[in-house]
Formats: sequence, structure tokens, C-alpha cells
Amino acid sequence: MAGIDLKRFHRAFFEESFEGLDTMEAALLRLDPACPDAETLNGIFRAAHSIKGGAGTFGFSDISDYTHVLEALLDEMRAGRRAPSAADIDLLLRASDALRQLLIAARDEQAADRAPADAIHAELEACLRGAAAPAAAPAQAAAADQAGGWRIVFAPHASLFASGNDPLRILRELAALGAIEVRVRDAALPRFAALDAESCHLSWDIVLRGDVTREAIVELFAWVEDECTLDIAPLAATVPPPAVAEAPPPAPASAAARAEAARGEAARGDGASIRVSTAKIDAMIDLVGELVITQAMLQQQATRLDPAVAEALLQGLAQLDRHTRHLQDAVMSTRMLPVEAVFSRFPRVVHDLAARLGKQVRLRTFGESTELDKSVIEKIADPLTHLVRNSLDHGIETAEARRRAGKDAVGTLSLRASHQGGHIVIEVADDGAGLDRARILAKAGERGIACEASSMSDGDVWQLIFAPGFSTAAQVTDVSGRGVGMDVVKRNIESLGGRVELASRAGHGMTVTIRLPLTLAIVDGMSVAVGDDIFILPLPSIIESLQPQEAQIKRVAGQGQVARVRDEYLPLVALHDWFSLPARPRAAHEAILVIVEAERRKVALLVDALVGQQQVVIKSLETHYKRVPGISGATILGDGRVALIADVGEIVRIATRAAAA
Amino acid sequence: MSQVRILAVDDSASMRQMVAFTLRDAGFEVAEAADGQEAYEMAQREPFKLVLCDVNMPRMDGISLVRQLRQLSNYKFTPLLMLTTESGPEKKQEGKAAGATGWLVKPFNPEQLIATVQRVLG
Repeated sequence: MAGIDLKRFHRAFFEESFEGLDTMEAALLRLDPACPDAETLNGIFRAAHSIKGGAGTFGFSDISDYTHVLEALLDEMRAGRRAPSAADIDLLLRASDALRQLLIAARDEQAADRAPADAIHAELEACLRGAAAPAAAPAQAAAADQAGGWRIVFAPHASLFASGNDPLRILRELAALGAIEVRVRDAALPRFAALDAESCHLSWDIVLRGDVTREAIVELFAWVEDECTLDIAPLAATVPPPAVAEAPPPAPASAAARAEAARGEAARGDGASIRVSTAKIDAMIDLVGELVITQAMLQQQATRLDPAVAEALLQGLAQLDRHTRHLQDAVMSTRMLPVEAVFSRFPRVVHDLAARLGKQVRLRTFGESTELDKSVIEKIADPLTHLVRNSLDHGIETAEARRRAGKDAVGTLSLRASHQGGHIVIEVADDGAGLDRARILAKAGERGIACEASSMSDGDVWQLIFAPGFSTAAQVTDVSGRGVGMDVVKRNIESLGGRVELASRAGHGMTVTIRLPLTLAIVDGMSVAVGDDIFILPLPSIIESLQPQEAQIKRVAGQGQVARVRDEYLPLVALHDWFSLPARPRAAHEAILVIVEAERRKVALLVDALVGQQQVVIKSLETHYKRVPGISGATILGDGRVALIADVGEIVRIATRAAAA
Repeated sequence: MSQVRILAVDDSASMRQMVAFTLRDAGFEVAEAADGQEAYEMAQREPFKLVLCDVNMPRMDGISLVRQLRQLSNYKFTPLLMLTTESGPEKKQEGKAAGATGWLVKPFNPEQLIATVQRVLG
């Protein structure tokens, strides 16, 4: 068995240990020192316990040793011998941080910086010493090797079989140690009619010859030491046993010899899952994307067939279409993770930050099980962290200020996730002071942002905080930092195809709502024809399409063309010009206007025709070619042609900037 | 050795994997359960030849699992081994009192695991 390399389990061990640490951290933060919940404590203990066990098994003895003290302290708490104080919880949190560092170092096969872990190790031990020191392990009687051998009297209690033990196995093990002579004592054996086959009535005298230590023998009987009378004596010192009739011991009632049944059923566990690397999933998504394209290609070819002749083929294609969609949905869903993956970091963030700011904050999360694409999850973590920090720093007031305002001294920060149509909506809400209109306007004036204080709606004023470098904090703190502010949050969210909205009520708090697409891999798109080329416009950004009257299109000096749509003048962008395609002498009113919106600004895009609406699989242009302004990616059409996906956000930004200049 | 089905119960996936892999490598068939409750349900459907279980698990711990399995007629004499990290006598006694056959102290290596399993099954 020496061939088994434990390294193959390391990955699973690390993944699970990090999960265990997360669980531990979350539970520690939930733990109320005044009234510790037994199950929460148990959960924390189990996490530490598993890490220790795994670390020992997989060869990370330093981690195992470190975790041992942590576990010992937790065990004291779990057993009710020690009430966890706030200081203890803090120590345990720091201990879990240090453990994380050790695990990271071990995972990356680097030398760990032991200093923090050692310091905490010492603290934990000091903490433990307050409690009773465990009794010293009973010293094993270390007998010298016995050259001759041993005489063993083994008299099991009648109940031995009930623990699943079997004297035969022990005899066999003994035989493996050296030459043995076994005599059975059957004096206690009842008459057959009175025999209880489930009890043990026999005992044995064994002579074991060979160079065997007493410990080796004791070890074999370790499982049954309380279920038998055992006497082990050096061979020379014992008198010969009384002669007894030899008889084979009765076979223990074999409860195990039953037909095996329902094997398939037994293998199925509830909520069973396996870990798969994201690279494999991405490869699968790519392949499904290709399949979707191939399928679309077939579909397109099929339109040329005579339905009367090719009925069966067309039916097959329709079925293929359905299955392909289902397959695509199923594969995409493997990338979906519950938003809890990012929410779970906030209890710690809020705990630490509130302590640093001297505020009292309770965090509530809703809809943690809402799923969204892994790549989106990864990218919203930072913006969300920023919003949470902002709320704590600028939104929620100090306990004193809150009391003065007649509010609960403990502020509430809520994180809420939900699905709305094809989007996920994440809300970060606090019950703090809300945005201060006057201060924002004053700050905007300072920064030279043009605004008309009297006529601006609240909504427009709130938008000002998204301006680069805008911060209304009375003083810059180390929490919210300076410079990188809401503008970065907004930009990050918009780069994911999402939107940020703000609502605020003075004295009641503010809510930031983030609206995101479920996935970054697929987009619902409108294909539009521009000359001989097809472009994809993401459907969520399209407001409407219309065929303009000649009178609706006007040329404004120095601003290019504008389109008048329902009493609104919108900058008009002809995609021919934008992408420098060969100009086509076509009057604007013979073309189609697609009104798109980004960042609450609208632009009219002029295209030749609408081709159709379809889901497209986004391929990165950057990885295959390079970044092209105004293009967010590419996709492959049913006929095999490549179509570029227009970056509506960027087009709108540039067009409106040009119009405003 | 074929057809010998062992149930491995541990809430730690890596330990479970290690145990299952090692035993499969040695020619046993292994079913896995993530906690005592799941194991108990599986054990009711199929009489395993051996149950290896962790002590600390959510939903149902190893000691309760052993106690409950011993009540089943199919498991009256089946070897039930505890995988325990506590080398102190308390847990072992508790396990024995519940009806465990024996224990294997973590950390253990694959060789020790096989040796122990063969000790009760061979």
C-alpha cells in the first residue's frame, strides 16, 4: 500500500480547510458571548477538528500541532467548562487568521512566517492554562523485550460479540507476531439447548513464542481490554496450564453474511457534489458555444429545404435546437454560485470595521442562495466591499448620534440579493444618516462640477457622488480611503454590464441597488446590419427601434446629427461612420434608428436593418486579437461569420461627450 | 475480497476521499456518507461489512451512529470502527460504550488503515 501518494488529496484538503475556516469565522462572529449557542460552538469545534485531523493525515504536522491548541480551547467551550468571552472570540478570530496563513503557505509550498502563529499559539496556551490542565496520560508499562515469549490468558466477557469484535481475529493477529499455541477453555460452555450463540462462552490460553514486546500484545487487545479478562505474563514465570480438551472456537454468529441489496441506491447521497476545476467547466462552456453555433448554422441551411420533402429532418433539427438550448442552460448553471460566496465575507468586514470606527452595527443578509455566474461573483466582491465600508464609515452614525436622533443605537446594514428577470439585483442598505444634499452640492462646487443647486432633482444630486474623486466625508478616514470612490464602483459594475442606482432619505439611510446580468458568457442580442456586416447590440441596453421620418433627423452645427424622438433630441451615431465602414449613400429615413441607453443617457444608433434577436455566446476579442474601442467582444453567427458586439456603454459615453462639448 | 462493501463516514471530504481511495486501492468497495444521519439511512438500505466513522460530525455524530447501528439487527455484530483524533481514553470509552468495535487514531496513514481494516475483515 506504500504506493498511495497522499499529495493527491491535498487539493481537497486545502479547499475544505478554507471552507472550514470560513465557517469557523462566520460562526465565531455569530457567537453571542452572553449566551453561546451549543450548535454554533459545535460547528466551530468541528471545523477546527477536521482541519487538525486532515493536516495530521496529509503530513502538515505543524498545522496539526497549531490547530491542536485551538481545538483544545474550543473543546473547553463546547464542553461548557469555559464561557467564551468577547476577548476569547477575538483571540479565536485571530487564531483562525493565523491558521489561514499557515494553510496558504502550505498550499503554495512556501515557508510560512511562523511568527504570528507562534504568538497566537502562546496566547491560546496561556488561555488554556486558565482551565484545568489535562491529566497526564498514564505511563505505559514499558516491559523489556521478552526473548522467550509470553503466556496469555484471554477470557472475553460474554458480551464481546456485541461490539463487533471477534476473538478469532485477535488470535490471528497474535499468530502474525510469532509462533502460537492455543488452547481453548470450554468449561463455561452451556448445554447445546441452552446455548446463546450471540454470547461468548469460551476463553483461551495462548503461548506466544518469539521476540515480541508486551506493548505489541497489549495493542492487539486494545479494543477489547474492557470486555475481557486478560493476563499477559512472561513465559518463564508461569506454570503450565491445566490440560484441557482442544476444540475449535465456535464461529461467531455471522450477522454480516447477508445478501447485498440496493447497491445503487446506497451510493446516492443527498446533496452529493463533486469538485470540478473551473477550467474544465469553461472548456465545456466553450464547446457548448460552438455547438450552439453549429446548430444555428444547420438551422439556417435548413430554411432552404422544402418542408414537404425534408419534414423528418426539420423535425430533428427543431428537436436539436431545443436540446441544445437545454444543454446550454444546464452547462451555464454549473458556473452559478450562490451569492453567499461573497456575502459571507461581510460579517468579518463589518465586525472589524465597526470595532475600529467605534460604531455598533448589525449586519443582515437576505437571499444568500441567489445564484449568479462565478465570474460575476468574483468581480462584484470589491465594489460590494467598498459600498459596505462606505455605509459603515459615512452612513451609519455613532451610537450616541443615533440615540440623539431617536434611533436604535445599533445601526443596521442589510445586504439583499434577488433575481429580477434576467438580472440579479443586489441591495446594500443602511439605516444611517442618508446622503446630505447640501454637502454634496457644496463639494461639487468646490470641485468645479457645474450644477444648478436649485433646479436639480435629488436623483441628479446623488449622481454627483459618482463623479471621479468625489468624497463628502468630512475627513478622509483610513476606512473609505481617498480618491477611489463611488466612481470606481460604478465603473466596475458597468463594465459587467450592470447598473448602479441610489436612493436616500435624510435621517433614514440610503440604499445602493446594483443590477447585474446573470452571466458574462452569453448575452441576449439584437443583430443589426450595417452595410455588409452584422453587429450585435446587447438587448438590455436597447430602448426601442424605429424607422425615422426625414424631419426627425437634424444636423446641428458643430455637433453632428441629432434625432428628435418624442420631443427629445438624441445624439445620432451612424454605425457606418463609427466603425469606418464603406459609406453607403442611403438617406437616414430609409434606415433604422435603434435608441440605446447607458448611464441614463440615450443615443440613437443608425443602422441599415434589424436582422433578428438571438442569444449570442460572447468571445473575447482581447484574448484573440486586441481591445478595439466601441467593441466589447465578438460572436460567431449561424452562417459561420464573425459578428462584433458593440460596446454600447462606450459608444454612448463618447457620443454624449462629443455632443456636450 | 471482492464484494466486500465498506461504509466510510466523515464530514471531511478529503478524509473521506483518502479513506475511500485507499480501501478501493486495496480491493474493497466503498460507499461514502458525509454525516451520521446519511450513513444511518444508507446502512438501513444495505448491510455493509464494515463501517468506518468519524466522531465529530454534523447532524449525527459518530457515537450516536454507532449506538443506532447496533440497534439494527443487520449490524448487531458488524465491525464498527471509529476514526478518532482524541487519543485520550474518554472518547474511546464513550465509543466502546456505544458499541464500537474499535478505533483508529488520526492521523493514520494508508498502510495503517488497510492493516486495521484487514484486522477486522480479513
